[in-house]
Parts: sequence; structure tokens; C-alpha cells
Amino acid sequence: MAVSSPTQTTQLMNNVDAVRATLYDAMKNDPRTVILGEDVGARGNVFLITKDFAKEFGPQRVIDTPIAEASIVGIAVGMAMEGLRPIAEIQFADFIYPAFNQIVGEAAKTRYRSNGEYTCPLVIRTPYGGGVRGALSHSVSIEALFYHVPGLKILAPAFPADVKGLLNAAIDDPDPVLFLEHKKTYRLIKGEVPDGHYTIPIGKANVLKEGTQLSVVSYGLYVHWALEAAQQLEAEGISVEVIDLRSIRPMDRTTILQSVEKTRKLLIVHEDNKFGGIGAEISAMVAEEALFSLDAPIRRHCAPDVPAMGYAEPLEHEYMSSPAKIADAMRELARF
Amino acid sequence: MATTITMPQLGETVTEGTVAQWLKKPGESVEKYEAFVEVSTDKVNAEVPAPVTGTLREVLVKEGETVATGTPIAIIDEVGAATQSNAHGTEPTQQVANAAAAPPKPSNGSTAHAAPAPQAAHTAPTPARHAELDIAGLEAALRMASPAVRKLAREHRIDIRALQGSGANGRVTAQDVLTAAQMGPAAAVGQAIAIGTNFGATGAPVMPPTHAKPPAGGTSTYGEPIPGTTIPLNQARRIIAQRMVESKHTAPHAWSMVEVDVTNLWKWRQREKDKFDHETGGLKLTMLPFFIRAVVESLAAFPLMNARFTDEGIYVNKDVNIGIAIGLATNLVVPVVKHADQLSIKGLAVASAQLIDKARRNKLGVDDLAGGTFTVNNNGSNGSIASAPIINGGQAGIVTMEAMVKRPVVTADDAIAIRSMMNVCLSLDHRVVDGYVASGFLADLKRRLEAMGPTGVL
Amino acid sequence: MAKTDTKGKKLERNGLSDEQLRAIFRNMLLQRQLDNRGFQLNRQGKIPFALGSEGHEALQAGAAMAFHRGKDLLAPYYRDLGLALGIGLTPYEILLSLFARAADHNGGRQFPNHYSSKAAGLMSFSSILAAHIPHAVGAAYAMKYRGERGRAVLVTCGDGTTSEGEWHESVNFASIHKLPIVFLVENNLWAISTPIEHQMGQPEIWKRAAGYGIPGHRFNGFDPIETYGNVNEALDRARSGGGPTLLEGMCYRFLAHSTDDNDMTYRTKEEVDAHRKDDPVPLFERVLLDHEIMSAADVEQLKRDVLRETNEATDRAEAMPYPTAADLYTHLYEGAWKPWQ
Repeated sequence: MAVSSPTQTTQLMNNVDAVRATLYDAMKNDPRTVILGEDVGARGNVFLITKDFAKEFGPQRVIDTPIAEASIVGIAVGMAMEGLRPIAEIQFADFIYPAFNQIVGEAAKTRYRSNGEYTCPLVIRTPYGGGVRGALSHSVSIEALFYHVPGLKILAPAFPADVKGLLNAAIDDPDPVLFLEHKKTYRLIKGEVPDGHYTIPIGKANVLKEGTQLSVVSYGLYVHWALEAAQQLEAEGISVEVIDLRSIRPMDRTTILQSVEKTRKLLIVHEDNKFGGIGAEISAMVAEEALFSLDAPIRRHCAPDVPAMGYAEPLEHEYMSSPAKIADAMRELARF
Repeated sequence: MATTITMPQLGETVTEGTVAQWLKKPGESVEKYEAFVEVSTDKVNAEVPAPVTGTLREVLVKEGETVATGTPIAIIDEVGAATQSNAHGTEPTQQVANAAAAPPKPSNGSTAHAAPAPQAAHTAPTPARHAELDIAGLEAALRMASPAVRKLAREHRIDIRALQGSGANGRVTAQDVLTAAQMGPAAAVGQAIAIGTNFGATGAPVMPPTHAKPPAGGTSTYGEPIPGTTIPLNQARRIIAQRMVESKHTAPHAWSMVEVDVTNLWKWRQREKDKFDHETGGLKLTMLPFFIRAVVESLAAFPLMNARFTDEGIYVNKDVNIGIAIGLATNLVVPVVKHADQLSIKGLAVASAQLIDKARRNKLGVDDLAGGTFTVNNNGSNGSIASAPIINGGQAGIVTMEAMVKRPVVTADDAIAIRSMMNVCLSLDHRVVDGYVASGFLADLKRRLEAMGPTGVL
Repeated sequence: MAKTDTKGKKLERNGLSDEQLRAIFRNMLLQRQLDNRGFQLNRQGKIPFALGSEGHEALQAGAAMAFHRGKDLLAPYYRDLGLALGIGLTPYEILLSLFARAADHNGGRQFPNHYSSKAAGLMSFSSILAAHIPHAVGAAYAMKYRGERGRAVLVTCGDGTTSEGEWHESVNFASIHKLPIVFLVENNLWAISTPIEHQMGQPEIWKRAAGYGIPGHRFNGFDPIETYGNVNEALDRARSGGGPTLLEGMCYRFLAHSTDDNDMTYRTKEEVDAHRKDDPVPLFERVLLDHEIMSAADVEQLKRDVLRETNEATDRAEAMPYPTAADLYTHLYEGAWKPWQ
């Protein structure tokens, strides 16, 4: 978490508030900033993140777009190439697929293909994740589809202070950033957020809890549950280290490796499907670089490989993990 | 899932094999890599390791029967569940539980064992909803040590066979190794698994630390003996036992020793080792190749040492194939550097390093082990200054290099100097050579070793 | 708009001076020469790929003449050699791209014909059809947002691209916000091997404009003066806050799509030959000669100059070095980032 001087004041807020406050400051402080997306203007975003923004900053800065995800991102790319600092919103991550080419083939490659002549300082924000009875098209995790792509950066903070610091970093960043907001944490997670403008470096994970017997790497909603499970295990005498990735691409290998070298056991916990999820890349990296520190196989506690996630409560329940399930996975690895 | 095992091809030109001995009976459990049958060809006897863990369901070929390569000889039912036994065979379940509950106390009194004892090592863990890993199956497959355990065991020179594992199903964990390391060499550490150490004339593994309580009451009367442990013989142990007996009962062993001043040789080696490491991409230059070079030259001068006794006469070998005795965790092997007389010291270093590496990785083939005419043993790494090795059957002698120790010695002009001294011991087959030849050989070897120094060429 | 006439009749110039007319002709000749040079180099085995634009010379030269350098932005596609030249790129820059040299605007990273020049106002684009159209719209939005009168975006594409969803989304958005942009469709009747009748139910693309509530026109793209007139009017409208226009310039693609295409697999030589009578280059040469805007000797000299310029640029570009292996790793992000920090 961003910790500052003793005179630093903070406010308690949830993740929605943290996004809103950050966007508001960006709009206020930089006239090049525009927000565009579906229902971001008059409605103020379906989670009220941009409530009253259109009133204050005007409809030409808070643009209600037609329902056309490809051009939401494409137009934002053009704005960015021509000197604005657009923040595009995809209403739900599940709707991002039509914009895939604009993100992966265009935004991510603008600087590279023009050998640096053109750049694309673009932020694409989108709520992702399940646990809200969102069913198959309002629950998906998309980071695995995009984290593969050179030229893109991907963030997934879980705490309000991180949301602000990393969103600011994304807005300041001269290159395209996909900013993922777990929708279940919007109102569920509260925390102290420092006042004033600050950024958190992109590519730095955060050790939420130190431990000695196993390392757990997670992000998003599940990192909160992992922390809860770790605290439960502490009471049982098992010391678990919990790392919040915060940044999916680039990813913090130093923190992960230091932890694995200390505990010798690694459990990766993520809400996304297991096959080809980001746990796969972490496992490969750790196996490549720290094989002789490992006292157990690397474990991945992830979603089953079916589409996320059925609407009926038992289906969602089976798909998603929980603090108890995560605790079980931790215990099993600790016992190995 | 049933796995069929077929007659392996042992040696390039081999087309059939004989089942010499079934080491397991149908119904018995067998672990992956455990030898379960001994097979022989006209060249060699070899144990066949099981490709999977499970139960031997059926043997298809009787002992003594010969079949073509590729013929099915057995069926193993692959099973995920592990047995309670460790590599030495069965131990009573409660002993494992006791061991897990009361880990060995460090002799220096420190509370180094940080990991809390699990409930009971053999309790099956509750599978978490999302944990798709079958821990029982994995445990069986991972009876071998984890990478961290291997690395720590190597660094601290600990034989993990000697440890009680505190991990799931008795697995030796990294923490177990560290704890054992802290206990120091005096307690609970078995044979070193470092390469080239004690050839093991006795060959018996060290027993794991016992947790037996002292007799109740603490009286001095000796009552019922507290039960010890029988470790069943694995095939390697069986063969070693057999061959040792054969060698000792066939060849009358005589023994001799010389003290060698290796001060200059050591300097030479020190000078060359970094360059060698760099040039070979990481191979280490030990004293062994220098020693072999000297041995090979002495054998040229004393060809009777490179011979064997037969009823038709003393057969003097033309080839000089030097066996290097290597003590491994579960076996004793003597891979052979063929035509060692044709190799420079550098060539010997590379060849011996490669064989040692293969031995460590259990990748020695029949051809690597065949054809030795004389054997050397690097015995000194554990501090031994004298040993009486047993001759490798079919050879006239075996020579060891013992530990290099700095000693005060009296020089030619009656001054005292500190020199690096290394004893070289020779066991010889007294049917082939007498003391005259043997001592002449040793004296020659000593002279050559003492003449090696930094002006030499590798 | 009046059409180009032959000798004896009055020439409708749409306000173009003699000098501008000669400049248009020069552009057309240069385009054709460089076009051919690409194919020649490919047939020589010197470059692996080239894309032709024969048939588009009048359309592109005429449109380029309406472009205000230093103010307007061009968002072209890969057949816009003439437009690239017309807004200020040099033959040398074109050839650097064909030869994939390090000094190319794209550092040799892109296919040839993927022009890019910040200095000239030519927006970088990829090979994905229609992906650049929302970019053009975004850039136009930025202009309007900043209140920049006198600037507009000219975005071009072929008939094939108008089938893409992003084409529709872009024109739609531009129409909602009355953006300073001109959508110029260069209809050469073929989308690689797909003729118009298999691309759209309504073969006249300009008529879609009504669906977006914006003005639309179709014109003869073989006539550079008529082209200029249309494009100039539309750009002026855009620059002065009048919103977008959809223009459809009719021409024909005389060559195959690229050096990797064999057009005889999907059309006949007779058809191609029949359209050759509309070849704009000799047609416009005729116009200039008939109206004594250039003499025959001037024309010959111009052709020689164009050839010489092409040859010099070819030699100069060919002599330049390729990018190095180390160049692969630059310009991914602003700083030196790897996926693992």
C-alpha cells in the first residue's frame, strides 16, 4: 500500500469510490483527459463511477458512445495518437471481445510498428470477475487473453489505495494500459486511501502478509480470500506468505522468487480458468528460475476449465472458490 | 492401469535375455525405479527397474527361461496409492507416526526444527475442491527427493535415507534436511552421497536413528533386547554382497601403502582448475585424473598389475581400462574409462567427470561398466588416510588415494617442512603378483605423483 | 461537377491553376513509376512483396491536391501511394519502405506500402482493413475537441473495407458528433477477388450517406480535376465545422491485388483490357496536351525526370542498411520493459 509521511491524510473508501476519485482528479487536472464508453455520461456508468461527471465536465469530455465496443477502443486509439489522453470504458469485460483487434493489433502495436513515431497513451477500464450472480456474460476474467501481448500493460489491483495509485500510473503512462476492476470488490472492499496525487509503480507486487511455510500469489477478489485463509492458517500454526500481484503485465518476478526461495512452496490462486491462466506463466517462470528451491510441486488453485460461470447458485458456487477452499489448498501444500 | 514390461535389450548386439531371478512375487508392491527382476545375457547380469509404481500382477516368464528381446515378461497394475514403507522396506506404521510426532532432537540442544509436526504423517489429506492434484499418487511418484531436498542434501552431505520425513506420507522435506544438517556429523547422518567417497568395504547402510526409549526403570540388568530393524536387501546390495565375498574368497588379498608428497601436484591442480572449469563449461578438475594418469604410467612399467589370474595362466591385458569406484546412495558402481593410457590428464578429467555424472543420474549403461582392467578409488574425501579395499573381481589390484593432509615431514636435509601428504593404498591379488612387483609399482606411482607439478601439461 | 473535356471544349478546372494541374500530372506519373518499380524489384528478387495502385492515380493526385499540408491529417490504406506522395512523402521514403531499411519511418517493421509520417500528417496504420477508420475518427474528434478550425482528417479505404463493422461504427460516430472528417472510398470494383456484386446489396456506396444523415457523392475517380473538386468541397465543409462527408471515387484496379495475387483466377483479361481505355494517366496527359498546359517536349522531359528521380531514390534507398537484430527490441514501450520486472 502507498504509505506516505506522517502528515499524510487518508480517507476510507471502497473500490468504486477510489476509481471515481481518481478519474475525477484526472479530468480536473488535465484538459486532455476524456472519458468514453457506454452509459458513462448521463447515467454516470452502471456502477455510478462517473456520476455527475458529464454535468461538471460536459458531454464532449464524458462521451456516451453508441453500443460499439470495437470503435470505442478504436476511436480512443485515434484520440491518443492525436494528443488526447482518453480513458475508454468497456462496460463489462465480457463485452470486450469485439474490441480485441483494436486492443491487441492496434493499440499495443502503435508505437512498435511506427518505430516510435506514433504512440498510444490509452487506458481501457473494465469491470471483470464473478460472484455477483452475473452468469456467463457478466462474470468473465479476461487477463489471460491479453497478458500474452507485448506492448500492452495490464493491472488488477484489489485494494482501494492500490486502485488509486495504479490508475494514476495508468493514466500517466505513455503506453496502452488495460485496467481491470473486480466488480465484486467495488463495494465490498474498503480501505484507507491517501489524499492527493500519487502513483504506484507498474510491475510491483505487494507482500500482504509475510510467512515462512508457503507462498501464495493471487490478485483481485481472491487475494482477499487468500489473506483470510492465511490468517485462519496462522491460527493453526501454519505460516503463509500472501502476495498481491496487482500488476499482471509486467509481473513482479523478484518478489515472487524471493518468496519462493524463502518458503520453498508456491500456491497460485486465481479466479480465471486454470488452463493457460496466468498461473501457468508464473509456474513456468518459477520452475525455470527457482527449481532447486522448490520442496513441492507448484500448485495452481484456479477455476475449472468451463466457461465462467453458471447463473444458478450451485453452479456459481462450484465454479468459484472461497476462503475455505483456498485454506484447504494451503493446508494440503503445507503438509506435503 | 496395467503396464506390460518386456525383455529389455541389454547391450547393442543382444537379442535375447534370461530371467535370472524374480525379485518380487506376484501380489507384491513395487515402486517406480525399484528393481523387480534380474535379467542376464551372455555378457552381464542386470536388474530391471519397474517403470511404474503398483502391484506386480503376474510374471509371464519363469526363472531360468530365455526369451527374445521385446517379449512381455511381466504385468504391473499401476496404482496411485503409496505403501507406508520407505526405500529400505516396511517399517511399522506406528514407528512412522512416532517418528513424525517426535522428530530427532538436535544434539546441540537447539530447537532448530521449525516445522510443526503434522497430525500423523500417513493421514490422507482432504482434497480441496479445486486441488486437482492427487497427493497420494504424487507422493509415490515423488518418493525421490524434491529439488530443494536434493540440493540441500548435497550441500550438507546428508544421506536422506537416514532421515525420518516429516512431510506427507513420510516425505523427507527440505526442513528435515536442514534440521539434520544442524545436528552435525556425529549424529544421525548416514553414508555421504558425495561422489567418490568411501567405497564402502563393509557396504552396509547406516541404520536410521532409533527413537527407542531406554528400558523402563533404568536398572542395569539387561532384560529383553529392544527389537532392532531388518532392512531387506535390494538387488544392488545383494549383488555387492555376492561379489565382495567372491573376490575375497578367490583372490588372496595383500595390502601395502605409501605416503606421497603431493604438495606440488596440488599446486598444479589449483593452477589449472579455473581454466579447466571455464574451458569445459563447468566440469570440475579434481585430483582424480592426475592420479589416474600416474597409475596408467605405472601400469605401463609394471604390466603384471594390469593382469588377471586364470587357470591357464596370468592373462596380461593389452588395454588399460581404468575403473573408477563410485559409491552412490543405493549402489556401488565402477564405470570404466576405456583406453585410459591414451588420454591426457585433461582427457581423463573429462572422461571421468562424464562417467561420474552418468552414475549420479543413474544413466550408466552396460558398456560403461564393462572391460575394466584395473581400478582406482578416491577414498580420501571423507578424511580416510588408509583403507584396505576389496579387489574388483578379475583384476590384479585396486589402488586408493586417501585424504590429503598437511603434515610436518623431515626433508632430505633433516629440516622440518609442512607438506601436503596423501597416502596411497594398494590391495593386490597375491596369486598374480608378489610384494616385489607390488611394492615396485607403488614406489613407481609415488615417484610419478611426486614429480607432478605446476610446470606440467594437462 | 463538369467532366474533363477534350480539345476544343472548355476545361472545367475547379479552381486549379496550370501549375497545380502540372503538379497533379507529375504526381500521377511518379505514382505509376514507383508502382512499377516495386513490381520490378520484386521480379528481380530484391524485395519479397509489392502492392500495385495502377488505376488510382487520378483519384489520389486529385485528392492530395485538396489536402492542406501541415494542418490536415491523412489516414490512408495500403494502396494510397499517390496520396502519400501527394501530401509530401518522397520517393526515397517510399523505397526505404519497400526495401525495409532501418531508416524507413517504420524501421523496416511493417509491410511495404504501410506509410507513416508524423511530419507529413500521415497516420500510422496496420494491415487490418477498417481498423484505421475509427483512429481517423478519434483524431478528428481531438481536432474538434480542441476547437481547431481549418483542420480536417481525410480517411481513405477501398470498396472492400466498407463491409467491415468498424467502418460503419466509425461513420456513425462521426455523423453523431459532426466531426471534421471526409470518408473517401476508392471504389476500384474489386476486393482482391470479390467483385462489388458479392460485397454489397447496394452497389453504390455513396448512397449509404443518407443512412448516416451526412452528405454523400459519387464521382469519376479517373478524372483528377473532378476528384479535386469533390474532395476539396468535402474537406472545406469538414474544416469549417460542417461535419463529415462520404465520397465515392470510381476507378479500377488494373493490376492484381499484389505480387502474391494472380487476378486471372477470378477475372478475365478482356475485362481488364476493356477498362484500360479509362487509364487516367494517358487520359490526363491528353488533356494537358490538348489544352496546351504542357507541351509534348515538357511531357517527355517530365517523364524522364520522374524516371531519374525514381532511379536515384532506388539506388539511394537500396544502399541503406537493414535494421539490426538489436533493433527488434526497441520502441515496445516508452522505457525498456520486459514482461517480468
